[in-house]
Formats: sequence, structure tokens, C-alpha cells
Amino acid sequence: MIAETQQLANYLPAFSSFRNEATGRKLPWLERLRENAFARFCEKGFPTTRIEDWRFTSVSAIAHAEFELARDGSGLVSNTQIVQHGMKDTACRLVFVNGRFLPESSSFEGLPDGLVVRSLARQIAEAPQTVEPYLGRYLNIERDPFCALNSAFLEDGAYIHIRRGAIIEAPVYLQFVSVGNGRATMNHPRNLVVAEDGSQAAVVEDYFSLGDSATLSNAATELVAGDSTVVSHYQVERESLEAFHISTLRIQQGRSTNVASHSLLIGGGLVRNNVHPVLAGEGGECLINGLFIGKGSQHLDNYMLVEHRSPHCGSRQFYNGILDDRAHGVFHGRIIVHKEAQKTDAKQTNRNLLLSDDAQIDTKPQLEILADDVKCTHGATIGQIEDEALFYLRTRGIDEVSARQILLLAFASECTERMKESAVRAFVQPLIESHVSQMAHMSGEATSAARPQREGELQ
Amino acid sequence: MNVGEREILKGIDLTVDAGEVHSIMGPNGSGKSTLAQVLARRESYNVTEGQILYEGKDLLEMKPEDAACEGIFMAFQYPVEIPGITNAYFLRSALNAIRRYRGLDEMDAMDFLPLLREKANLLEIDEKLMNRSVNESFSGGEKKRNEILQMAVLEPRLAILDETDSGLDIDALRVVARGVNAMRDPDRAMIVVTHYQRLLNHIVPDRVHVLVEGRIACSGGPDLALQLEEKGYSSMEAVARSATPA
Repeated sequence: MIAETQQLANYLPAFSSFRNEATGRKLPWLERLRENAFARFCEKGFPTTRIEDWRFTSVSAIAHAEFELARDGSGLVSNTQIVQHGMKDTACRLVFVNGRFLPESSSFEGLPDGLVVRSLARQIAEAPQTVEPYLGRYLNIERDPFCALNSAFLEDGAYIHIRRGAIIEAPVYLQFVSVGNGRATMNHPRNLVVAEDGSQAAVVEDYFSLGDSATLSNAATELVAGDSTVVSHYQVERESLEAFHISTLRIQQGRSTNVASHSLLIGGGLVRNNVHPVLAGEGGECLINGLFIGKGSQHLDNYMLVEHRSPHCGSRQFYNGILDDRAHGVFHGRIIVHKEAQKTDAKQTNRNLLLSDDAQIDTKPQLEILADDVKCTHGATIGQIEDEALFYLRTRGIDEVSARQILLLAFASECTERMKESAVRAFVQPLIESHVSQMAHMSGEATSAARPQREGELQ
Repeated sequence: MNVGEREILKGIDLTVDAGEVHSIMGPNGSGKSTLAQVLARRESYNVTEGQILYEGKDLLEMKPEDAACEGIFMAFQYPVEIPGITNAYFLRSALNAIRRYRGLDEMDAMDFLPLLREKANLLEIDEKLMNRSVNESFSGGEKKRNEILQMAVLEPRLAILDETDSGLDIDALRVVARGVNAMRDPDRAMIVVTHYQRLLNHIVPDRVHVLVEGRIACSGGPDLALQLEEKGYSSMEAVARSATPA
């Protein structure tokens, strides 16, 4: 316990100076939010593997590192470095460097009517009354110390508001760039998405690194989906192998909503992605679609907690994992069907391909059903590239390495096919292909992942 | 040759010339499919003795993809389903791998489509199935016709049909046979592995070989197949046991 307090001692001075300078420090509700969150974080400390939700993932490397709260990142990177690797056909692009909005790299040209997109810090400063009803109301800081830490250092990120009935065709694109600068830094981006009744929109959060120092991105997004909304959210994690990435998406769904959460984890050394939808209104539907591809000694942890709190809601969770070398994947799929959630229909599937003897997957479904008229199924498979399929392709002239690549991409396509937005599919497909092409080696050969990442090299 | 600890083929001497169609018949467990798989170069099958020369080259030195690029094609008895890759994409990739090997230009999707369409019509395969994943939810008959479609597109010099007739009704059989017969060519050889004589009414072989317990018990012309149908495999088994090993 003393050791833990000592680790946390680094955070005290950081929080002290932060709260005295942070945007919105004069707002009593925000001040309380940050202080409570910090107190909660200090109380609990970083999770150990003795805690059930963190059983397969040790964050001692994070706990023992001395992270500095990242300074504003302008000047650390050039515009070309950022723009080069981004998504096209978007409604707008917001760029955050080390968690801070960078207006000079962002673009709001032709922002559709009914869509408000701004830096959260600016929204807090200029119109806190629009933010107060939602910010911090949903994210669970009691259960997750990283969420508590994010709330303590909450200041900037994206504020996205979709007006009642507005249908936004092109996705909102958020780029989060982590830049190390020879020192281990942490940033805590916080996003708030509010979709008013009857609206439709898509949001993409894209995390990547420039530079090669250790960084901790501890991000949290609260997504409030009003009645009859259709919202898609995409989390793309492609930071460097020196990066630590913890992200939480907390979704609150109203009546007859249709929300899809997609995640693609291909980068990061230690990654934990949490998806926590609460189906609070009748007739809501939630799709969780995750793809994680690990090599080298990457650790990719997918945690989801789907809460059915209302009758007649449906949820579908699909996670596909591909693991090579000594990579370690985790899938922890929790479903809670509360007493009042009769006629719940929940389905969970986790499929994993292990490409080497040392690759590892821990897959744990956890169903807690308190209602008595529900349908709830779960399944998990762990396998290798199918020999029959491989042989079939080779007998048609396709060489072994190409055949493996085709089969890995076919496996990944199960996930990309669920992504409705074609602009997003066009963005992620080359990322997946380039990642997979490094893995489709003959069995027994190591991948090029053993090579250290060079500066500026994106996943 | 053997698979693991079991010896399956105990002695085969066979010569197939270009332009010829040979049939391999035999009871279940005789090693017919095993022979086909060895020719297609399945790596788990070990050849312990002997040689296989394909166009003067040592086939046993070739990997499955090399054998395919050299012109060998096997129509599988149980074609596997491969979700996530369409029939069209798969077949074009295969064709281009072979074309690259032969120093030819690759075909792009636009050029490939009419070729695929032509062959699909020949085999009465609905074009829409080409956009489905490989063999996904195909009926038995559709799977077998898809094998012959691939053969038609890839134009092998040695085609091995492994029990292509099993599970087919008479109509599907006619379509498959028509496709196969359309590919008969002086530069092409075929080995038709079958349990039943029925297929050979439609695809008339030049030579018939009867495989019993891993050996060729006897060989003859197309009427050997008719004899077999009349007398059954057990009549051959006696012959096999008394025959001197190859």
C-alpha cells in the first residue's frame, strides 16, 4: 500500500498545478468533478492483476513510470506529418496533439448544418451550460481508476453536438497525436458527443504517435444518444510500440437507438480499450465490433460491459483477434441484464487466430442475468489459419505467404464488413493490409516486428 | 507412400500421356483420393519410395503452388468453404499467380469478368455466386461445378478430378461432364477418380485402372469399367491379392 502511494506521489504536484491553471477552474461543478475524481484515483491507485477486471493485464509499467503531464504540442510536429496519414471524406477534422486542440492543423470547411464541433476546452470556457448536464454524468470513475484519472485531468478533447433530427452523412474525424519529446508524457483527452433525438452521425477517433518516447494516452468519451438516434463510433489505435493506451467509451442509449461501436487495435505496446454501453431506453440496439491484431510483444486488452437496463433491447458483440510472435490478446466480455430488461436479446462472439506458439489469448465471457425472459448467447473460438483453406489456395497457384495473407485479411474482413461508413472502411483497410502483410510469414519465421519502431514511422 | 504411420499406396505404376483421359476406380479405402492428393502435393502425405515425373520434372520436389503453376489442377472431393474472400477475387488471384509464373501480364478485374462469365455460363453457375465467399453455403452440386469452373479458368495441363461425381444428381452430372469434355485437348491430360461407373458414361476414358488396397489390380479400356459395374469390386479384390506387386 505504501509503495502504491509513493507511485501516486508523482501525480499530486501535477494535479495541483493543473487545477490552478485549467480551463473552467472557476466553475464549481467542474472543480468538484476534478477533485472528486482525483481523490478517487488516489484512494484506489492503479489496478493490480488481483482485481478481476484487470486479471489479464498488468499496468505496473504505467504505475512505475513517471509520466509528465504533456505540454501543449504545437511546434512539436509539422502539419504534413499529421495530414499525410489521415482519413478522407470527412465532415471536419480536429487535431489534438498530446490531448490539446491544435486549431492550425484542424479543418472545419463545409461543416454541415446541425453539427457543432469544437474543442471541449473552448466549449467549457464559452458555453459551460451546454456541457454541464452531460460531462461526468456517465463515466464510471468509481470502478475504473483510469477513468478517474482522466476526469481529474479533464480539460480538452472534442465537443460534438448533433442537433435534433440532423442527419450528418460524413464522419466527424478526430486525430489524437501523441508526441514524446525525450520524456515520458501522459495526456488525457476527453470527448463529449451529444446526439439529440432523431439525429444520425458517425465519429472517428484516430490515435497515432510521432517520435519514439513513451507516452500514455488515457482517453475517455461519453456518448449520449437521444431517442431514435443512429450513431456510429470508431476507435482506431495505431500508436507506436512504446505507447500505452487506455481508452473508455461510455455510451448512454435512449429509446429506439441504434449505436455501433467499432474498434481497431493495431498499435500501442500496452492497450486497454473499454466499451461500456448502457441500454437505458426501450428498444435500443447496440453493436460492438472489435478487431485486434497483435505482434511482437504487444498486449491488447478488449474489455466490454454491456448493460441492459430496459426491455426489448438487443446487443451484438463481435471481437476478432489475430495474434503473432509473443503478443497477448485479451477479451473480457461482460453482459449485465438487469431485472427490468425483459425480452433482452444479447449475442457475443470472440474469434481468435494464433499464428505462433508464443501468441496468447485470454477470452472470458461473463454473463450476469437478473431478468427471467431473455435470450443471451456467447461463444469463443481459438484456432490457427485453417490448413484446408491454405492448401486449397496453394493448389490454385497462390504461394504460401500470399495465401496466409489472404486468409488473415478474410478473417479481418468479418469486422470491416460491419463498418457501415465507406469512408471509414477505405481508411482502415490499408492500415489492416499493411499490418497483416508483415505477419503473413511462413510458420516458424519471426516477423519484422522485432525491429524497433523508428521515429515518424506510423503503424 | 504413407500418411503418419499408415501405409496407403503400396505400389503404383502409371503413365498418362497428353491428350489422354485415365480413370482410377476402386472400392472405398483403396487409396484413390490419396493418390489424387499426392499428385496435388499435400505435404502431410509422405512418398516413401518411387518417383513422379510430370512433363519430365520431379513432381515430388514441388510445393503445391509450384505444381499448380506448372499446370496441375485438382478438383477436390470436398471443397472447403472460405468465408471473407469472394469466388471472383480468389479465382482472379489464382489465375494471376499462374500467369505471373508463366511470364504473362496479370488480368485486372475488368478483363477478368467476361472470362469468368463465359465459363460460369458453361457450367450453369449463377453469376451472383461469384460474389459470394468461396463455396460459402454452396450446395454439393454447386461446389463440384465451382471446381470445374476453376479448372476451366486456370486451363491446367493435368487435371485430376477427385470423385467429382459423388453427391451429384443426373442433371448436375451432365453439366459437369459437359464442362470437363469441353476441356479435352491434345495438350491436356486428365485423371478421373471415381467410385461409380456412371460418370464414365459421360466422360469416356481412354484407359481405366482399378485400385485395390493401394495397388493397381488391373488396367484396361473403357469396357473394364462396365465389367466392374456388373461384377463388383470384390471380383477385382481376388485378382489384386494374387497379382504380383508392382
